[in-house]
Amino acid sequence: MRSHLILRVVSKLLIPFLLLFALYVQFHGDFGPGGGFQAGVIVAAAFVLYALIFGLKTIQKVIPPALLEVLVPMGVLIYAGVGVATWILGGNFLDYNMLDSHDPSHGQHLGILLVEAGVLVTVASTMLLIFYTFAGRGR
Amino acid sequence: MLDQFPAIIVAAPLIASAICAIVRHERTCWLIALLVSFLCFFGSASMLGQIQDYGTISYQMGGWAPPAGIEYRVDLLAIYLLILVSFIATAVLVYGRQSVSAEIKDGIRGWYYTMYLLCLCGLMGIIITGDAFNAFVFMEISSLSMYTLIALGKDRRALAAAYQYLILGTIGATMYVIGIGLLYTITGTLNLVDLGERLPPLLDTSAAIAGMAFIVVGLSLKIALFPLHLWLPNAYAFAPTVTTAFIAATATKVSIYLLIRYLYSVFGFAFSVEQTPIPELVLVLSVLAIFAGSLTAIFQENVKRMLAYSSVAQIGYITLGIAIANATGLTGSLVHIFNHAVMKGALFMLIGGIALQIGTVRISDMAGLGKQMPLTMFGFVLGGFSLLGVPGTVGFVSKWYLAVGALENGWWWLVVLLMLSSLLVLVYMGRVIEVAFFRERPVGAPVLKDPPKAMIITSWVFILACIYLGFDTSFTVGVAEQAVSVLVGER
Amino acid sequence: MEGFNEFAFVLGGVNHWITIFLIMAGFYIIVSRSNMIKKLVGLSIFQTSVYLLYVSPGKIIGGTAPIIVEGNPEQLYSNPLPHVLILTAIVVGVATLALGLALVVRINEAYGSIEEDEIYGEDWD
Repeated sequence: MRSHLILRVVSKLLIPFLLLFALYVQFHGDFGPGGGFQAGVIVAAAFVLYALIFGLKTIQKVIPPALLEVLVPMGVLIYAGVGVATWILGGNFLDYNMLDSHDPSHGQHLGILLVEAGVLVTVASTMLLIFYTFAGRGR
Repeated sequence: MLDQFPAIIVAAPLIASAICAIVRHERTCWLIALLVSFLCFFGSASMLGQIQDYGTISYQMGGWAPPAGIEYRVDLLAIYLLILVSFIATAVLVYGRQSVSAEIKDGIRGWYYTMYLLCLCGLMGIIITGDAFNAFVFMEISSLSMYTLIALGKDRRALAAAYQYLILGTIGATMYVIGIGLLYTITGTLNLVDLGERLPPLLDTSAAIAGMAFIVVGLSLKIALFPLHLWLPNAYAFAPTVTTAFIAATATKVSIYLLIRYLYSVFGFAFSVEQTPIPELVLVLSVLAIFAGSLTAIFQENVKRMLAYSSVAQIGYITLGIAIANATGLTGSLVHIFNHAVMKGALFMLIGGIALQIGTVRISDMAGLGKQMPLTMFGFVLGGFSLLGVPGTVGFVSKWYLAVGALENGWWWLVVLLMLSSLLVLVYMGRVIEVAFFRERPVGAPVLKDPPKAMIITSWVFILACIYLGFDTSFTVGVAEQAVSVLVGER
Repeated sequence: MEGFNEFAFVLGGVNHWITIFLIMAGFYIIVSRSNMIKKLVGLSIFQTSVYLLYVSPGKIIGGTAPIIVEGNPEQLYSNPLPHVLILTAIVVGVATLALGLALVVRINEAYGSIEEDEIYGEDWD
């Protein structure tokens, strides 16, 4: 991969912006189209691009598969954790109003933010794990 | 706590599956899965009394009121299925630790329990949700985890069976969601109760009828109703025993529940039964299922596959009640959902014990087992009686209701067919019993014992349940009758 | 008048025609091919038809994102629910495809083939 100068330079330029765009999609998801799933896929796409150019071994030094296998359920736990928190605060499952005792609309904001963060973690790591599994098979 | 149970019984397996995926230690995962399934069972059972006393429970997910928000709706029909699924899940786990250790490769057993819990979450979700699209999502959660549970079998044929199921199951689910889409475009709602209220004036539109057709065909694929049953025998035969016992007793039943819900609550009893050809169609297909399933079962060499074809036939009995379409027939249908789950659960568990001891499930390898594994084979005989419908077993109760329901419609020929079909059960169960009891074990074959205690005890709990529920029908028939009166009354 | 109606029938329902075409094309591939990967491609097309079926009626020409802007309470907006539903359906589609491909990889390793006739012919009772 040493020789593909153009690919290496272009991808190095692109990847930071891909990740930045993912964060934009993630946080703008509260006000417009976007959200955790889309952002998660974009994050995964950035890493997949890196893996395509620099090889599977290099990317697995950055994000080892074992870490991803923990991150996938962790995202689900973040999501479910919000639900459990609303239970403890005395509401129904995922009733975001409970999350802020003063202003329910702040609670809604916080709830959506946390749940979407969970979705981001799970989707990004699942997509990347799927890529690892297929790319690493039969080597 | 009590008012949160509708959410707990779905969320707890989900959370537990995530924890299992992190822990991945076999023993711990098993314990977590067992505790959580028992929690689900406890939650469902404790809601039963509340529903009988105070009526349907409606739980607002996220605090959003229906029909805009997702509603979890627990009525008698739902609680009946919830208790069944969570009970089977718990019992299969008690049974299954040794079986999983023997049949699943080391290192992925933690994942196996993760998938098991996800599947439980999906099945509970389908039953409890009052939202059509939410039901689709849960259907896919349960199906995807089920494909994995099947593919984890030792045999390479398990992979091909899982693939076959994946293709057909996804077609079924997609057809269901197409149907929902058509209904949504004409009514603008996804809430099942709301759909039931808004649909009646629109039922003569082609969109509603097309939607109904898509939903019925899609669900029939998931149910494995006769000509659409092709995925079932292979999936049951080559999956690990624990998977087979669990999905044979729950997965198809949950889809039948959904079909009943759509035909009788959403489209309404009056429309589905009187203005569409669905009862006639289901009647023909059910009778074909009963005979084709039983006849094919007779010629199977693999016992698990034989029982799988028998399941196709038994599903025919269940859908027969939908076709008979009067209160007694429907009661028979619902009772048979429960009874068949108990019988097939028991039989597959016993076969799992045999597989653990002799390593195969071929009939020819079972010669002389009656003497060496008396508890297992005696249980098998009782399970066979139950499948046959001998008075005093659960099989008799449900067939009785079906026969009475058929007579109420004046269909005496159906009663004759029901009796004839029982003879076929006698033939295929008889083959196994004949080989096990009346043939000598080949000389030099290793001496065998009954499988470990946990397996025998749980299997026998199911076998005894087959007999107990055959005498004391207050739970099965009682709840089913109440549920049916609501369904048929909801015109 | 009749000619006008036919015109509306064909063009007014163009999204439905495409949906129907996708359903049938996907279904045809699933039924007619014995290659397991091609079957999965068909399955994906079949599922894609649903996305169009849901999303297209939710679009209102001139409609915006469903967020209330101060001073304009009666603005036209597209129905967001079908999009959310289909986002979920896409997730389901991705998961199904990933699992299906994973199964095909394992089948290829176990059987050395991904042609259905060869696999089901081999040691299938």
